[in-house]
Formats: sequence, C-alpha cells, structure tokens
Amino acid sequence: MAMLEVQNLIVRYGERTVVEDVSFSLEEGRWLMLIGPNGAGKSTIVNAIAQSAPYTGRILYEGEDMRRLKPTELAKKIGILSQNHSVGYSFTVEEVVRLGRYSYAPGIFSRHSDADEESVERAVELTGIAPMLKQSVLTLSGGELQRTFLAQLLAQDPQILILDEPTNHLDLVYQKQIFALIRQWLAQSGRAVISVVHDLSLARAYGTDALLLHNGRLAMAGEGDAVFDPAVLNGVYSMDVAEWMRTMLSQWT
Amino acid sequence: MRPDLNKQREGAKAPSRHILRKSSEGFGPGAYAAFIIVMLAAMALCICVGSVTIPLKTIVSVIWRAVKGLPQIPGTSSSIILSVRIPRVLCVALSGAALSLCGAAMQGLLKNPLADGSTLGVSSGAALGACLAIALEITLPGFPFAGTMVMAMAFAFLSLVLILSLAYRLDYSLATGTIILIGVIFSMFISSVMSLVIAFAGDHLRSITYWTMGSLAGSSYLNALVLLIALVLCGSVILLHARELNAFAIGEDNARHIGVNVKRVKLTVMITVSVLIGVCVSIGGTIAFVGLVTPHMVRMITGPNHKRILPASLFGGATFLLLCDLVARVIVNPVELPIGVVTSLIGAVLFVNIFYQTRRGR
Repeated sequence: MAMLEVQNLIVRYGERTVVEDVSFSLEEGRWLMLIGPNGAGKSTIVNAIAQSAPYTGRILYEGEDMRRLKPTELAKKIGILSQNHSVGYSFTVEEVVRLGRYSYAPGIFSRHSDADEESVERAVELTGIAPMLKQSVLTLSGGELQRTFLAQLLAQDPQILILDEPTNHLDLVYQKQIFALIRQWLAQSGRAVISVVHDLSLARAYGTDALLLHNGRLAMAGEGDAVFDPAVLNGVYSMDVAEWMRTMLSQWT
Repeated sequence: MRPDLNKQREGAKAPSRHILRKSSEGFGPGAYAAFIIVMLAAMALCICVGSVTIPLKTIVSVIWRAVKGLPQIPGTSSSIILSVRIPRVLCVALSGAALSLCGAAMQGLLKNPLADGSTLGVSSGAALGACLAIALEITLPGFPFAGTMVMAMAFAFLSLVLILSLAYRLDYSLATGTIILIGVIFSMFISSVMSLVIAFAGDHLRSITYWTMGSLAGSSYLNALVLLIALVLCGSVILLHARELNAFAIGEDNARHIGVNVKRVKLTVMITVSVLIGVCVSIGGTIAFVGLVTPHMVRMITGPNHKRILPASLFGGATFLLLCDLVARVIVNPVELPIGVVTSLIGAVLFVNIFYQTRRGR
C-alpha cells in the first residue's frame, strides 16, 4: 500500500479553481518533487495534504482518510516546513525547537519523556543550531530561522516531511547541507519527502519522483528523469528550459 | 557533502547535551514565594495608607481578632479596615490579576502585543451590558450587583459570538488580523450605542459616567468572592493552556503544524477570557490598560514563554492595580479619583515607552 495517496484532489478559492483533479501516490523511501511555474498550485497541494486548505477529493495516509485524523495524530504523520516564518515574540531557539514535541505530550499534565529529549537533541545536532539555542529568534537571519524551524520539524519526527521551498532563505552552503541532511533522514525506514522546488536542477538531482504542474493540473508525473522531458517542460514554462540551463552552466566552464 | 555535515555534527554535539539538560521553562517555588511576598506587601501598604493612616501592627491585630472571632478593641479603626479597605484591596488585587491574565492570554493567542480584551471588543460589550442594567435598573432580588454582572457577562459573551461569527464569515481560518479589525470596529460601534444610552439615562447619568471610568470604591466581600471564583475557574483554564499559547505566539500556522487543535484552543481561550472580563467589568467598570501594560512589563523580565508570563502577569497585575488604586485614593486627597483614570494615565505613558523600546530593539 502506498504511504500517501491523493485521489482527485480539487481545491477552490471562491470561484477560482486552483488545483483541478490531481491524483498521485507516494511510496516509502521516495522523494517527490513538485515543480511548475508560479501559480501552478504546488503550495496549495501541500497545504491540502497538511489539512490546512479546504479541498474535495480524498487524501489517504496508509489507506486512512486524513480528514479523520486528530491534529496530534496528523502531526506525527506529516510535518510541514513553511516558506515564510514570522515570529512575533523573542522566544529562544530552544523553546521553538522543543515545541516540535507537542503532539507526543499534548495533555495538560503530560510530561516530556527521554524520547522527547533525545529527539530534540538529535534535531539540534543535525541542523547545527546548538551554538544559538539560547538566542532570541528575533535576532536570527532568514537562514538561521529556517534551520530553527527545520530542527523543530525534525524533533516532531513525522513520517512524511513536506518542504515548501526549503532552501528559500539559504545560501549555497546551507542549501547543500539541508538537502544532504534530508536525504540522510529519508534513509530511515518508513519515511518519505515531498518538496516544492523552483530549481529544476535541485529537483532532478535529489528527487526520486516528480510532478510537473501547470495551471492547477498535472502536466506530467513519474519517476526519475521521465518528467524532465524537454518538450513537456518547454510547453509548461513557455521557454526552452534545457537551453537556458545550458547557458547558465556554460558560465562555469 | 558528508564531510561538511559530519564536521558540524561533531562540533554541535557537546554543547547541545550540556545546554539542553539544564533548561526548565516554568518558575521555581522561590519565584512564586517572591511574587506572593511582593503582592502581600502591596496589599498591606494599601490597607495602611489612606485618608486615615493606620499602623501595620493595628491592622494585623484587627485581622487576627476578626479571624479568631474576638471582640475588637475600640478606637482601632477596625470598621475602616474590615468593611472598607480589606474588601476593596481584595477586589483590586483580584481584578488586576484577572485583567492582566486575560491580556496576556489574548496577546499570545493573537500573536499581537497590542491585543487585550478591549481589542476584541469584549470589554466594550460587557460595559454596554452593565450600562443598560444601570440605566434600566435591572436587578436581581437579593443580589444588589447581580443585574449588572449578569448583563455584563451576557453582553461580553454576545459580543464574542457576534465578533467570531462575523470573523468566520469573512475568513474561515479566523486569522488574527481579521479578529482585531472586527474588534476595533465593534468597539467603536458599541461606544456610540453607549453614548446613546447615556444621553437618555437621565437620573442615572452620574452613576453611569462614574462607573464607565472604572472604580472599585465600595467593593464588598461578596464582590471579592465572585471575582475569586471566576479567577480560579477561568484562570486555571488559561494557565493550563500555556503551551498552546506559546505555539500561537510563535505563529498560528506553526501551531497547526505541530499538532495543536487550533480552533478548539482558540474558542476555549476566547470564551474563558470573555467570561472573566465580563465579571471584572461588572464589578469595577472598564479599567483600561491593565491587561495591556502588565503583560508587556512582565514579558520584558520573563521573556515570552507563557509558562512564565501567565503566572507572573497574575501576580504582577494584582500588584500593579493595587498601586494604581493607592494613587487614585491619595493623590488628590480627600477627593478620590476613579481607578480607571490612574491606570489610563500610567498605562498610556508606560505603553508609549514600551512600544518605543520594542520598536528600537528590533
């Protein structure tokens, strides 16, 4: 059985249909890249999967309708890293990361266990934010903030990671590290990743599967390089994508 | 790729273990003891000082005799202490604690340091209810202030339902900006209705006007008991939501992502806050700025974690309002100012200062 199955997903904002009849499934150990031009519906699809956008159609997690899951159960299965983070108060990095364990002890009197501590420590190690644990999140740069929320997400320890433009605020060094880190995370059993990316080279290098979206519809879906068919890409982006990539690369040779 | 990551992991390992073990989010017993001592000192000061200054020793002996049921020694101003100052001090402390706790909760929930019961429109709604009760002479037999209280609570709750249903219609996710905007518009609407009520109030004009300025003069033990019950019940609900409020204060979307039942928590906290504000408004009138300023001051000392802000606001709010009430009573002696005037004066100045500093700090 597929880990995640999206069936006939339709998302409407008022009169406007943003996602139209999209179906796909995600198996364990796969890294699905959602690609397509701006406004293609990539972020809307991940929001629907995270149950934070109203939709019609069905989204199943291991065969179970995700609408039926309680918020804490949902958080243990699916974790999402948003594109933007705006924090209003001067919480410390540590406080933000620790909240990732909320769904494991949501009760009023429940205490944090050793497993919680370990998970938080591991997330802190992996993301390399230990030196700034006591720092206020208001003093962080965009990249540091992104790593803080990634640490919170890793502490949350979901089965499926959803990353909406994960390297948006990150310089090249951290882009490289974050993608390597996620690949390492994915190697554990029972995990899968969905990410929205604009950089087609990154999508091609790290993704095992890809969905190409165009105006809310699936233009192409498949494993490996199948989606990166020049003819289809050129149609969706209305430009010669491969030619552009080659021009960019030629600057370095 | 790998060497980079490994190097970083090795470097990060040692400090993270060390730092993480030591952290504790809430206050220890020592801090609570300090809060209680400061609050009790403020209470004692408020009982001592007034139109007649009474030595602390006399107060202790009067209270001791009253508790033990012994007859009071004549000439010790026992009636001033027992029937005027103590009930008033109790009501002031409880109102201050309740309003500050509500303010702290709303500021966390809406991720907005300017939020308060008044921003939601709940205070104005409650005030309108109480005004109507005074103007129309609505009373319940046996309970002299129950009419205003029931009306204030009912109107606070009605305001909340109205604001929330409007917000739901406009924006299903109940985004904080929507709620604050609706709250502000609602408050303006209510204040115009209130002016209308006052215009037709006739004989009750003076008592309504005085009451809208906020005053806890003439409080009784029954007032204090009602406030205490409301604070214990609603306060526990709010205190038990400290972790969820932290999540909201970081961001509503983030709260949803980590597994907080966003809608349930929002409704629970809002309803609790509106009940508590309704009770406070019916007893002390609209005492502005307490719920806005105390959590601000507290946050500067404790940081934004609600496990610390909420209890600190509780005690801090009580102490702050006690001192304001003291100023209201003694500053233009023998005339007594309504407490709301003092809190607004102190509050506005402090608020501008705090706002300026937080802006500069960014």
